Amino acid sequence: MNDVDGVALAVFVALFALVTVLGFVAARWRKADLDQLAEWGLGGRRFGTMVTWFLLGGDLYTAYTFIAVPALVYGAGALGFFAMPYTVITYPFVFVVMPRMWSVAHKHGYITAADFVRGRFGSSHLALAVALTGILATMPYIALQLVGIQVVLGAMGIRGDLPLVIAFVILAAYTYQSGLRAPALIAVVKDAIIYVTVIAAVIVIPLKLGGYGAVFDAVPPKKLLLAPEQMSAYSTLALGSALALFLYPHSMTGVLSSSGRAVIKRNTAMLPAYSLLLGLIALLGYMAIAAKVGSSPAYADGFGRYGANFAVPALFLDAFPSWFVGFAFAAIAIGALVPAAIMSIAAANLFTRNIYREFFRPECTGKEEATVAKVVSLVVKFGALVFIVAMKKEYAIAMQLLGGVWILQTFPAIVVGLYTRWLHWRALLAGWAVGMTVGTWMAWTLSFKAPVFALHLGATVVPGYAAVWALIANLVVAVVGSAALNAAGMARGRDATATADYGE
Amino acid sequence: MGAKSPDQAGRGARAWQLLLLVPFVGTLWVPFYDSLEPHIGGVPYFYWYQFLWIGIGAVITAVVYFATRQPEP
Repeated sequence: MNDVDGVALAVFVALFALVTVLGFVAARWRKADLDQLAEWGLGGRRFGTMVTWFLLGGDLYTAYTFIAVPALVYGAGALGFFAMPYTVITYPFVFVVMPRMWSVAHKHGYITAADFVRGRFGSSHLALAVALTGILATMPYIALQLVGIQVVLGAMGIRGDLPLVIAFVILAAYTYQSGLRAPALIAVVKDAIIYVTVIAAVIVIPLKLGGYGAVFDAVPPKKLLLAPEQMSAYSTLALGSALALFLYPHSMTGVLSSSGRAVIKRNTAMLPAYSLLLGLIALLGYMAIAAKVGSSPAYADGFGRYGANFAVPALFLDAFPSWFVGFAFAAIAIGALVPAAIMSIAAANLFTRNIYREFFRPECTGKEEATVAKVVSLVVKFGALVFIVAMKKEYAIAMQLLGGVWILQTFPAIVVGLYTRWLHWRALLAGWAVGMTVGTWMAWTLSFKAPVFALHLGATVVPGYAAVWALIANLVVAVVGSAALNAAGMARGRDATATADYGE
Repeated sequence: MGAKSPDQAGRGARAWQLLLLVPFVGTLWVPFYDSLEPHIGGVPYFYWYQFLWIGIGAVITAVVYFATRQPEP
């Protein structure tokens, strides 16, 4: 276990080198002026159905997902499967909502969701709240991608932070140079090797373990189903996560970089292919139980270092020959690079458009905007690296959990805002503040370790996702506040958009 | 098909979009599927039911897409 596996490492490094070359070559793909933010940060809004499918697939189904979902299933059983209903319901929601966002963004040249909020409600402060929430939620998410790389490097016997630093410096360099084109091109390779890995895993491993029946039989029966008190947690986790997914800046970037409304709609019918993959990956958690990797002395060191996150790497080491271990681990590591690149671009877009330009340099040129965004994308990645290297990874996990709670608090301004501007921007801002406070407080009472808060309603106790409880508080404040402000005749901001801009 | 006015098309599209609520009902009401039986190929109901919904969800979105498709401007 402590020896470096030469064959696995060679395959891993070769694949990593391949995507590095692709990352730099991407600058020439669909050549355009990368000194404009819409080109660097949105790929010129020209990605068609297939590229968008790869890009969003690579963006949403991250390396950390591939490590953490089976880890949760391995540890907590059925509850970890909330990722399935979550990804089933997110696409119908996106089908209805996101084409409106695309149309209005295309019409007005919006690059971020906060740009839209700025235009719709005429408030730079509400836009600032949306932008800061997005940046705050994204930073730990990038850090967790690093955890994914760290776990597979560790599983190959590589210790120390240097390899991680090298991987991230390379990533930072080609993101700086090529912008969104780099992850879009790399996503094609990444997804191909992820599909091969997972299909091999879900065929080969159960065969070795005696079939799926044997896998499920090996799991303690109590883990296989939800206890009655887990049901409301399960469905609120699914609902809250589904509504939050496309509020994340990196998903929004994926949506806005597509070439049209129909591309988004087609993708909502095609992206479930990745959900199927995710469901199969979740089952790897049970396969790890059935293969008894947790009690094998060979993997004790790995589990000691990385906890349940080591379940999938251990399973692969147990089941596959060296060369395929290298292939599979490369899939996970490259799977971390794609979302990390998109997330840093999305955070950079937010900073540049909604903080730098809005509050410091309203007269800045397109070239200056693009330059600032490129530099910020470096800063963001460096911040994430420091986060992981200098601090305990538990902090990053806790922060990412909070990030999910926080990002959902932008729902009223962004999603409700796409349909009506009856809500007053001051009330939306107050609702956002209440939602952030309530959500953070709930997470604090859970020591930032679990997302499920037991709500006491008189005599009944309803356990549910803290993000959803916080969103309800947020919406109540926004609605009541708007009614009060409207009754008082308080002036609204100017709406820069018209009904026809939403494209229906 | 005869030409529809934009208004009619809009109403028709919204009716089709109601179909998109079906996956929410099918997956968010946990008592529908929190059970081990019936197994299929050794896989408990809880699991294959949810896998099935990935497919149903995709088909429903595709149906709504084709039913409400309009020429891109």
